[in-house]
Amino acid sequence: MTRIIVVTSGKGGVGKTTTSAAFATGLALQGYKTAVIDFDVGLRNLDLIMGCERRVVYDFVNVINQEASLNQALIRDKRIDNLFILPASQTREKEALTMEGVETVLNELAETFDYIVCDSPAGIEHGAYMAMYFADEAIVVTNPEISSVRDSDRILGLLGSKTKRIIENRTPVKEHLLLTRYSPERVKNGEMLSVKDIQEILSIPLIGVIPESQSVLTASNQGIPIIVNKNSKAGLAYNDSIGRFLGEDIEFRFIDARKDSIFGKLFRGR
Amino acid sequence: MGLFDYFHASRKSSDVAKERLSILIARDHFHRNQPSFLSALQNELLEVIKKYVDIDQDDVTVSLDREEDCEILELNIALPEKGRYK
Ligand SMILES: Nc1ncnc2c1ncn2[C@@H]1O[C@H](COP(=O)(O)OP(=O)(O)O)[C@@H](O)[C@H]1O
Ligand SMILES: [Mg+2]
Repeated sequence: MTRIIVVTSGKGGVGKTTTSAAFATGLALQGYKTAVIDFDVGLRNLDLIMGCERRVVYDFVNVINQEASLNQALIRDKRIDNLFILPASQTREKEALTMEGVETVLNELAETFDYIVCDSPAGIEHGAYMAMYFADEAIVVTNPEISSVRDSDRILGLLGSKTKRIIENRTPVKEHLLLTRYSPERVKNGEMLSVKDIQEILSIPLIGVIPESQSVLTASNQGIPIIVNKNSKAGLAYNDSIGRFLGEDIEFRFIDARKDSIFGKLFRGR
Repeated sequence: MGLFDYFHASRKSSDVAKERLSILIARDHFHRNQPSFLSALQNELLEVIKKYVDIDQDDVTVSLDREEDCEILELNIALPEKGRYK
């Protein structure tokens, strides 16, 4: 059975695309045939994070408009065989993603893929709605900041009322909280909302806490998803999240400033 | 307390954030769970009342509460001081 995962947040710039790339890569590395789709029509950048921007010929909207076949538009990752990217269109409007078009593409992917990761645009309008509508699971990406937590709560409201699963009276979308850009040090100093604060407010299961890390920018500069960097705390934290997603019981790390200082010596803040 | 003191208050900013967020989200949930006709009702009431009294958007609030087997529609209309009657 194919599982469709939406990576969503409401607020922009919180780490959705970074997370989509990390999750798709992580699942593929675990042996699952995975496709990752950029739903951010007009602001495509998943291809940059995945490092395949120079191989984009056709895009998601071309496939929806039947200007190209799905196989022509899918880009196979150059490092991982069972990982494919479907880029967004850079020139069209968000409305080019029709409900029927998106459903047709997802159905065709579902014939051969284990996981389909949908990288949602920011906002709560059409594009975000299309990205979440067909989802089985949702990764709600949240930063430890008031506006981001509030937007995540709004997204949870939509996931619980406007998705296909709800409309068809099936079990609701399975929701996971992913905290990103977390600074244990600032939490310790009382300058940042803690994991516990945010979990209390949003009350959905926590799948991961990704620390604020300079290696994320380096990874994006190079077009290599952060999850493959085993020397980076952020990379390791994404790896742990994949394990939890697949049902493993993994202890949280990089969330306690005191414990981290020991660990930090080994990693020198990378 | 001057404005300057606010930034130097002894409370941790993360505690302030949590408190503000809790209030904000409770309010969001309240609005989310209200039936959609309420805002239309509120606007129409406002139009009618405006014919007679000079009031603002915020002066009329409408909400619906559920209690076991009955629903209570609560209307709150804040009238202005005498001078503003038409
Ligand atoms: N854990 C992290 N540490 C540091 N920077 C991060 C982290 N996660 C994301 N970023 C940075 O935040 C910015 C926004 O990330 P992106 O994934 O594009 O967000 P979105 O897709 O939600 O708009 C990027 O510059 C990215 O490098
Ligand atoms: Mg993005």
